[in-house]
Amino acid sequence: MKWDEFFVTGEPMIYGAMVSIVIVSIAIVAGLTYFKKWGYLWREWLTTVDHKKIGIMYIISALIMLFRGGVDGLLMRAQLAVPENGLLDSQHYNEIFTTHGVIMILFMAMPFIIGLMNVVVPLQIGARDVAFPRLNAVSFWLFFAGAMLFNISFVIGGSPDAGWTAYFPLSSIEFSPTVGNNYYSIALQISGLGTLMTGVNFIVTILKMRAPGMTLMRMPMFTWSILVTSVIIVFAFPVLTIALLLMMLDRQFGSQFFTMANGGMDMLWANLFWVWGHPEVYIVILPAFGIFSEVISTFSRKNLYGYKSMVFSMVIISLLSFVVWAHHFYTMGHGAMVNGVFSVTTMAIAIPTGIKIFNWLFTMHKGRIEFTTPMLYALGFIPIFTIGGVTGVMLAMASADYQYHNTMFLVAHFHYVLIPGTVFGVLAGMYYWFPKLFGFRLNDKQGKLAFWIIVISFNVTFLPLFALGLNGMTRRMYTYSAETGFGLLNLIASIGAVGLAIGFAVLVYNIYWSFRYAPRETNGDPWNARTLEWSTPSPIPHYNFARMPEIKERDAFWFAKKSGKSLYTEEYSDIHMPNNSGQPFVLGVIFMIFGFFMVFNWWVGAVIGAIGIFVMMIIRSFERDHGHYIPVKEVVATEQRLRGEQV
Amino acid sequence: MKIDHAVPLEYSTEENKNRIFGFWVFLGAEIVMFSTLFAVYFTLWNRTGNGPTAKEIFEIGPVLIETFLLLTSSFTIGLAINSMRQGLMKATMGFFAVTLLLGLGFLGVEIIEFVTYVNEGATLQTNAFMSSLFTLLGLHGAHVTLGLVWGGGLMLQMKREGFTPDTANKSFIFSLYWHFLDVVWIFIFSFVYLKGLM
Ligand code: HEM
Ligand SMILES: [Cu+2]
Repeated sequence: MKWDEFFVTGEPMIYGAMVSIVIVSIAIVAGLTYFKKWGYLWREWLTTVDHKKIGIMYIISALIMLFRGGVDGLLMRAQLAVPENGLLDSQHYNEIFTTHGVIMILFMAMPFIIGLMNVVVPLQIGARDVAFPRLNAVSFWLFFAGAMLFNISFVIGGSPDAGWTAYFPLSSIEFSPTVGNNYYSIALQISGLGTLMTGVNFIVTILKMRAPGMTLMRMPMFTWSILVTSVIIVFAFPVLTIALLLMMLDRQFGSQFFTMANGGMDMLWANLFWVWGHPEVYIVILPAFGIFSEVISTFSRKNLYGYKSMVFSMVIISLLSFVVWAHHFYTMGHGAMVNGVFSVTTMAIAIPTGIKIFNWLFTMHKGRIEFTTPMLYALGFIPIFTIGGVTGVMLAMASADYQYHNTMFLVAHFHYVLIPGTVFGVLAGMYYWFPKLFGFRLNDKQGKLAFWIIVISFNVTFLPLFALGLNGMTRRMYTYSAETGFGLLNLIASIGAVGLAIGFAVLVYNIYWSFRYAPRETNGDPWNARTLEWSTPSPIPHYNFARMPEIKERDAFWFAKKSGKSLYTEEYSDIHMPNNSGQPFVLGVIFMIFGFFMVFNWWVGAVIGAIGIFVMMIIRSFERDHGHYIPVKEVVATEQRLRGEQV
Repeated sequence: MKIDHAVPLEYSTEENKNRIFGFWVFLGAEIVMFSTLFAVYFTLWNRTGNGPTAKEIFEIGPVLIETFLLLTSSFTIGLAINSMRQGLMKATMGFFAVTLLLGLGFLGVEIIEFVTYVNEGATLQTNAFMSSLFTLLGLHGAHVTLGLVWGGGLMLQMKREGFTPDTANKSFIFSLYWHFLDVVWIFIFSFVYLKGLM
C-alpha cells in the first residue's frame, strides 16, 4: 500500500467529507474542553454499565448512522433522477449502494432495536439491569468500533463495492482489489461479535431476571419479541462469523473457499450469507412487531387481542426464517425441486404474519383510540407493510421471480417491508419510551408533522420503483439512457427522497425543540399505559425499581391502577448495583485499532492489537469486582424526590 | 452478594447461576459456529482441484494420539471439578495441571501434523478442501490454545484465593468449555479423519 492510495482522493465529495470529519472532530474536542465536560463524559457515559445509558448511546449512534445511510440514499436518488447523469461514476455508485445497505441494516436498524431493547426490557420485566451489565457495555463498544471502522473506509482506503450481499466472485481480491471488502469482513465481524454477546445477555436476562410472579405468559409482548429475536441472534450470527472469517481468509490469506478454481465454490458464499441474512431480516422486524403491540394496546386502551397466538406466530416465524434463505437466489441455478420447497416455506411466513396483523386490528376494534405520534406510526405501518408483504409473496413464487429478480421491483419490495417494519417501529418506540428516559414527551404536533411528511414521501419515493422494476429497470444500475423511458418515474422517486430527508430533519428538530421547551412530566406514566416500566418515576433512577413488584397477571400495572392497589408491598432495602468500568471502552478502542491494521494487512500492528485484546481479557479474569450497595436511606430519599411525595 | 450454601459453590450466588446458564447459551452459539464449518467442510471435501485429497494426506497414527490425549484430558478436568467440590485443593490443582499438559500435548501433535501437511505441499492455499480442513482444525486448535491460557490463569487464581464462589464458578465454566472442545473433536475424528481415510 502506497501512501497516495491510503487516502481516497480525487473527488470533491470525499474532500468535503474529510474536511467535515476534521472540523466536527475539532469542534467536539474543543467543546468538551471548553465546557470542562471530559470528566462528565468519561464518568457518566464512556464507563457506564447502566442499561438505560447504553441504550441511549445505541440510539444516538443509530440516528447518526440513519443520516449517513440516508445521505447515501439521497446521492443514489440524485444520480438516478435523470437519464445519463454524470454525478457519480459507476465505481462510486457501487460503493454507495454497498455502504447504504450495510449501514442501514447493520449499523442503523440493528443498533436502534438493540438500543430500545436495552432501555426497555429490564424495565418491563422488573429487573435492575441486564444479567451481565459489563458484557453489555462490551457489546456496545464492539458495535461502535465496527461502525466507526466501516465508516472511515470512505476516506481511508476506499469503501466496499460488491453490494451489501458481497457476492463472490465479485467481492474476491481479483475483482475487488481495494481494501474496501476487507473493511466489510472485519468491521462486520467486530460489531457482529458484539451483537452475539447481546443475544446471549438478553436470553439470560429475560429467562432469569423477571420479577416474582412474572411467568413467560405474563410477559409484555415487546419483551417476548426480544426473547425470540435474541434466540434468532444466537443461532444466526455464528453463521455470519464463519462466513466473514472465510471471506477474510480468501481475500487476505489466499485460501480457496469461494474462488473459481481449485475447487472453490462461489455459491457457498451466497448460501452462508443468506442463512444469516434472512433471519437477520426478522431480527430487525420482530422487535418492531413487539413495539407496535405495546403501542396499539396502550393507545386503544385495550389488552392485546390474541396474546397467545401473537407469541405462537413469533415462534413460528423465527423457525421458518431459518429455512427460506434460498429464495434470495432462485435464479442462480438450483433445480425446480429446491426452488419449489423454498418457495413454499417462504410463502408460509405470510400466515403467522397475517395472524399478527389481524390481532392488531382486533385490538383496535371498539377501542378508544388515541392518535398520538407513536400510534400514527403503528397505524401507518399496517397498510404499507401489507403492500410489502404482498409483493414479497409475488417474489416468493420462484417461476415468476425470473421476471423481477434483481430489478427495482425488489428494491421497492424490501423498502416497503423494512421502512414501515423497522424504521416506523423504532420511531414509534422512540416517541413512546422517550418520556421514561428523559422525563418529558417529544412534541406531538411536530411529531405528527414529521410523520405525515415521512409517510407521504416514502410512498412517492418507492411506489414508482414497482413500476420501474416491472418495466425492466434493473437494480444497482448507475445510469440509464433516455430511450428506456425510465426518466419520469425516477424523477418522481428522487423528489420523494428529498421529502423523506425533510421529514427526518423535522424529526430531529423535534428532539432538539423538546429538550429545550417541552414541559416536564411528574408522574412517570404520561400515556396511561399498561406495563411495568410505567410504574416507576420519570426520569427513572439508575436502580430502576426501589422495591421488587409482585406480578399476578398480564398488564399488571394497568390492573393495579384500576383496582387502586400498589404493585409494591415489600419493605425498602439496600440495593446492589454493578460498578462502572472503563475496560469495555478501552477494549473497543483496541479492537478498532486491531481491525484497522487487519484491513491493511499490517501484520505487526495487528499482532500487537491482538495481544492487547488478550491482555484485556486476562485483566478482566483476574479482577474481582462485586459492585456496590446503595444504602436504603439514599433509596428512600431518591424516591421521595422523584415521586414528589412521602413514601 | 448472598451465598447459598445448600448448592455447590459454583452455583452459590445468583450471578454464578446466571453465568453458567449464559455460558450454556454461548455454547449453543459455538455449536452453530462449528456446525457451519462442518457444513462448509462437507461441501468442499471432494473439491480438491489439482491438489491432494484427504486419502493422500491423512495418517491415522497422530490422529489417534491426539484423540487419546484430548479424551483423557476431558476425563481429568471432570476429576478436577469433582475434587473441587470436595474441597481438595491439591488434587484439584493436580488434575487441572494434567488436563492442561494433555491439552498442550494435543496441540503439539496437531502442530507437527500441520507442518507435515505443509511439507507435503498441502497448504491453506492449495485447494478448497485444504482451506476448509485447515480452517476447521485451526479454529478448534485456537480454542484449545485459548483454553490453555485460560486454564493456566484459573490455576493461579485458585492458588491465590482458594475456593471461592468466583474461582469455583470460573473453573466449572472452564470445564464445560473443555468438554465442549472434546465433543467437537469427536466429530472431527469421525467425520473428517475416519471418513477421509475410508
Ligand atoms: C431513507 C430513505 C432511503 C432511500 C432514498 C433509499 C434508496 C435506495 C436506493 C436508491 C437503493 C439502490 C437501488 C439500486 O441502485 O440498486 C437502495 C438500496 C438498498 N436499501 Fe435503501 N433507501 C432508503 C432507506 C433504506 C432503509 C431504511 C433501509 C434498511 C433498513 C434500506 C436498505 C437498503 C438495502 C439493503 C439496499 C440494497 C443495497 C444493495 O444493493 O447492496 N434503505 N436504497
Ligand atoms: Cu429472505
